[in-house]
Amino acid sequence: MAASAYDDIPGTTVFDAKHSRAGYHLNMFCMSLMKAENRKAFKANEVDYLKRFPMTDDQRAAVLERDFNRMIELGGNIYYLAKIGATDGHAFQYVAASMTGMTQEQYAQMMLNGGRDIEGNRSKAEWAKKNG
Amino acid sequence: MARIVGGVAMSHVPAIGAAIDNGKTGEPYWRPVFAGFEFSRKWLDALKPDVAIIVYNDHASAFSLDIIPTFAIGCADEFAPADEGWGPRPVPVVKGHPELAWHIAESTILDEFDMTIVNKMEVDHGLSVPLNLMCGSPQAWPFAVIPICVNVVQFPPPTGHRCYTLGMAIRRAVESFDQDLRVLVFGTGGMSHQLQGPRAGLTNKAFDYAFLDGLTKDPVALTKIQPVEYLRESGSEGIELVMWLVMRGALGDHVEEVYRFHHIPVSNSSLGHIILESH
Repeated sequence: MAASAYDDIPGTTVFDAKHSRAGYHLNMFCMSLMKAENRKAFKANEVDYLKRFPMTDDQRAAVLERDFNRMIELGGNIYYLAKIGATDGHAFQYVAASMTGMTQEQYAQMMLNGGRDIEGNRSKAEWAKKNG
Repeated sequence: MARIVGGVAMSHVPAIGAAIDNGKTGEPYWRPVFAGFEFSRKWLDALKPDVAIIVYNDHASAFSLDIIPTFAIGCADEFAPADEGWGPRPVPVVKGHPELAWHIAESTILDEFDMTIVNKMEVDHGLSVPLNLMCGSPQAWPFAVIPICVNVVQFPPPTGHRCYTLGMAIRRAVESFDQDLRVLVFGTGGMSHQLQGPRAGLTNKAFDYAFLDGLTKDPVALTKIQPVEYLRESGSEGIELVMWLVMRGALGDHVEEVYRFHHIPVSNSSLGHIILESH
C-alpha cells in the first residue's frame, strides 16, 4: 500500500510513523493521567503540570484549549487523548462531538439516527462536493 | 487434549462498562444492548469452557508508545483491571492460565509467529467489557483467561490475513496441549466506528453485515480486506475488526453461525456480536 493511500479519507488522521514521532511526548503526557495523583496535579495547575513533558508550545496550547482536532494534527492519538476527557469527567461522546463541529446534543442525535452515513463520507472529493 | 469448543466476537465499547458500573443497564438506551446478549449468556452457561483466549487491543493502558508489540500474550497468574483515567473498573481480577499460555507462546513462536511474552500486565475495558457481556457481573469470572493483545493503535496494525493465520496457529497450539481443557476464543473490537476528527460517528451497517456473513460464508475473502479499506469503509477505529479474524482462524474450516446481534448506536459505535461453533 502506498503511504498516501489513506490520505484521501476525509476528516481522518491515521496515526502513522510521522504522527507517532511528532506526538510522542503529548501522548505520554496523556498516559501519565492513568495515575490518580497525576490527574490531581494536572487539575490543580495544568500549565505547570504540562511543563513536566517536553512538548511543543503548540501542543501545550491545544491541551489547555481542549482542542482535540488540533491535538490530533500535532501527533495526538485518540486512544491516548481520551484520557484527558476522562480526567475532565466527560463521557467520550462529549470529546467526539467536540471534533465534529456539532453540539453534543446534535451529535448524540446523529448517533441515535444510526450514525454518520458512509455514503458521501468516503473521499475528500465527496466532501469538497458536499461543501460546494 | 485441549480443544476449541467455540468462538465469539463482540464490540468492546467502554461506555458499556460505564453503564454496568453506574447501574444504568435498565435504562431505555441500554436495555436493548444487554438484551442482545441474553441468548449468549445461556449458551455460555451450557458450554462451560475452562479457559477463554481473549483477543483484544490494549487502549494505551498496559502498553504506551514506549513499547508497541504487534502481538502479545499474557502468561501471568492473574491480571488486574487497569486505571484508564477514572479509576480501575470494579470487576474481578482476571485469573490466567500460565501453563496453556506458555504452551501457546512456545508453539506459535516455533510456528513462526513472533509473540511478545507478557508476565505483568493490567487489562482494560477491551478485555473486561466482553467478559461482562458474556458472563454478567459475577464475583469471580467463571473461567481462566489468556489475554492476547493486538496492536491496532499505532498504524499499521497486523493485516487481517496475518491475524487469521495466527488464529490457525493458536488452534494447532491448543490441540497439542496435553490437558483436557475446553477453550473458548473471543475476538473483540469494532464493528464500524470512528472516534476521531470531523468524520467521528461514522457507521457502516452494510460493511458490518457483510463482515458478519463472511465469517461463515467466505472468511478467506475477509482476510483480503486491506487496511485502507477498513479505515475508509468501517471508520478509523473499525480496523479493530482484524481481531475477529484471529478468532475465526482458530475455529478451523467448517463453522456454523449459532447467533448474531447488531445494534446502532452504542455511544459512538456500531455494536456487533456473533457466536460460532466449529464442526
